[in-house]
Amino acid sequence: MTALVTADPDRIVRTDLAVRTDGLTRRFGKQVAVDSVDLVVPRGAVYGFLGPNGSGKTTTIRMLLGLLSPDAGDIEVLGAAMPQGLASVLPRVGALIEGPAFHPYLTGRANLRRLDACDRTADPRTSKDRIDAALVRVGLLAAGEKKYRHYSLGMKQRLGLAAALLQPRDLLVLDEPTNGLDPQGTREVRHLVRELAADGATVLVSSHLLAEVEQVATHVGIMAGGALLRQGELHEVLGGETAVVRIATPDVDLARPALAALGLELQDDPEGLVADLGGFAPEDVAAAVVGAGARLRGLRVERPHLEELFVSLTGEGFDVLR
Amino acid sequence: MSSVDTYPGAFWRLYRSEARLVLGRRRNIALLVVLAIVPLLIAVGVASSRHQDSGGPAFLGQITGNGLFLVFTALTVCTPLFLPLVVGVVAGDSIAGEAGTGTLRYLLTLPVTRGRLLVAKTLGTLTFTAVSVLVVAVSGLLAGAAFFGLHNVTLLSGDTVSLGNGIGRAGLIALYLVVALFGLAAIGLFVSTITENAIAAMATTVGLAVFSLVLDSVPQLSAIHGVLLTHNWLGFGELLRTQVDSAALLRWSALHLAYAAVFLSLAYARLTTKDVTS
Ligand SMILES: Nc1ncnc2c1ncn2[C@@H]1O[C@H](COP(=O)(O)OP(=O)(O)OP(=O)(O)O)[C@@H](O)[C@H]1O
Ligand SMILES: [Mg+2]
Repeated sequence: MTALVTADPDRIVRTDLAVRTDGLTRRFGKQVAVDSVDLVVPRGAVYGFLGPNGSGKTTTIRMLLGLLSPDAGDIEVLGAAMPQGLASVLPRVGALIEGPAFHPYLTGRANLRRLDACDRTADPRTSKDRIDAALVRVGLLAAGEKKYRHYSLGMKQRLGLAAALLQPRDLLVLDEPTNGLDPQGTREVRHLVRELAADGATVLVSSHLLAEVEQVATHVGIMAGGALLRQGELHEVLGGETAVVRIATPDVDLARPALAALGLELQDDPEGLVADLGGFAPEDVAAAVVGAGARLRGLRVERPHLEELFVSLTGEGFDVLR
Repeated sequence: MSSVDTYPGAFWRLYRSEARLVLGRRRNIALLVVLAIVPLLIAVGVASSRHQDSGGPAFLGQITGNGLFLVFTALTVCTPLFLPLVVGVVAGDSIAGEAGTGTLRYLLTLPVTRGRLLVAKTLGTLTFTAVSVLVVAVSGLLAGAAFFGLHNVTLLSGDTVSLGNGIGRAGLIALYLVVALFGLAAIGLFVSTITENAIAAMATTVGLAVFSLVLDSVPQLSAIHGVLLTHNWLGFGELLRTQVDSAALLRWSALHLAYAAVFLSLAYARLTTKDVTS
């Protein structure tokens, strides 16, 4: 467990959190789809919500947004207890839940107009401007007059994002926002998430694209089988795994004793030597190699990626567990 | 936080969006077109078979003498089946359709609170019901005028009233029918909160209306006829008498409104506790 979770809970001021759940649990029949989840999403964070298929991410998100009622546990969103605070909190929350959904026989623009008209907090005078701005933001302005039914998968996804961006938001809950997007679209979503975070919004984003998450997330939470296995700041969560230093040198015999003297546990590598970096500074390792008279061809520190951590936590198994 | 404030006129905007959604949908427009054609078909049929007095629905015999009777005939023809069908389709689709396409979860997270959503959906369905009845009546009036001309009206009781009075009575008949169909609309709205399958909701609603009609036609069940959903739908003939039994009309309307109240309450109870997993 990470600092955020193990820290004295009283030290975390409630309003510093955009989302907090306490023992959140939901069953479907006998299956416990979400099992005592304690989410902690600080304000301003980009929280990568990860987990294999069926691990309970969408179910958790549905409970946060008041679509599903929990069997047990408390929820707080933007400082208000749910579901009592739904009506006052949701206007400040933009959401994409398990893919976009719109009326197929209306155009993209008409669908946004419909949503805006149903939003009691939306200013009708600025409706058109906000719809235009949202369409521009997701690169869909040119296709706004097309029927939703004729949209491609990625266009549908973009329209879903546009809907979440119709109003200024304090919290965005994006369930797999990059699903079906082309590389440009995926990159745009990454920029978008950064932009939103820079504007002060909190973004809770579930995704299977771990490399993407690693680039934008400040925090991650990893679900499996309904339980939240790990959460906290990205570097802390990753920091639990050790970095590896890879030393490329043709003079292995010269380098080995010097590095061993330093205290590294060495193993052979096709290019030279490899060792767990532990607490050593890379520059000290380099100095030791050179100081021993070995020619240093290259030195690389490999930090573990989210993918390795994810697999080590949730297993190699490909099959959906239940 | 000012962005959380409700804008004045927000509900009116929601209602208009709802009305536009049902009235703009191609399937629903097709239903209205069918309703508009019914009086035309009756007019053509009657015009091409003059002088042959051969039974048929009430008021049919008077049409050739006065086109206004085409309005009454067309409403009589449409009331048992066509109008319930149309109301069943729109009411059954109202919430189940949104659940089926997944748009319900996005409405609820805007948020449109669940009670507000039910009110908007109810008003949208009622609007479509009223438009449907009006389409039959207006189409009947226009076709009647074109084919047979409009004249002073001889009532069922034998008295004659002015054309204006007759049109006024036609308007009251339309109003009575909207109230009568409200009961069915409420049943449809309730069914629509139970399922995500809009087609099933429509079929169930229309099926219940047909079921009530069937029960109504079994004489042995006359004990329950008085409280059947459909029993008094054709009671609007009362408005074509000199001495209108307004007590009876109010009693029947109260029954329809009681149906509406019961099923809207059930719909509210269901919708406000429903898990939205679509
Ligand atoms: N309405 C439902 N009825 C029964 N079981 C459900 C329902 N919704 C979800 N589940 C079950 O709950 C578990 C969690 O589902 P959930 O959709 O939350 O997973 P997820 O983490 O979002 O997966 P994915 O990455 O595939 O989107 C799954 O086993 C799923 O089958
Ligand atoms: Mg999911």
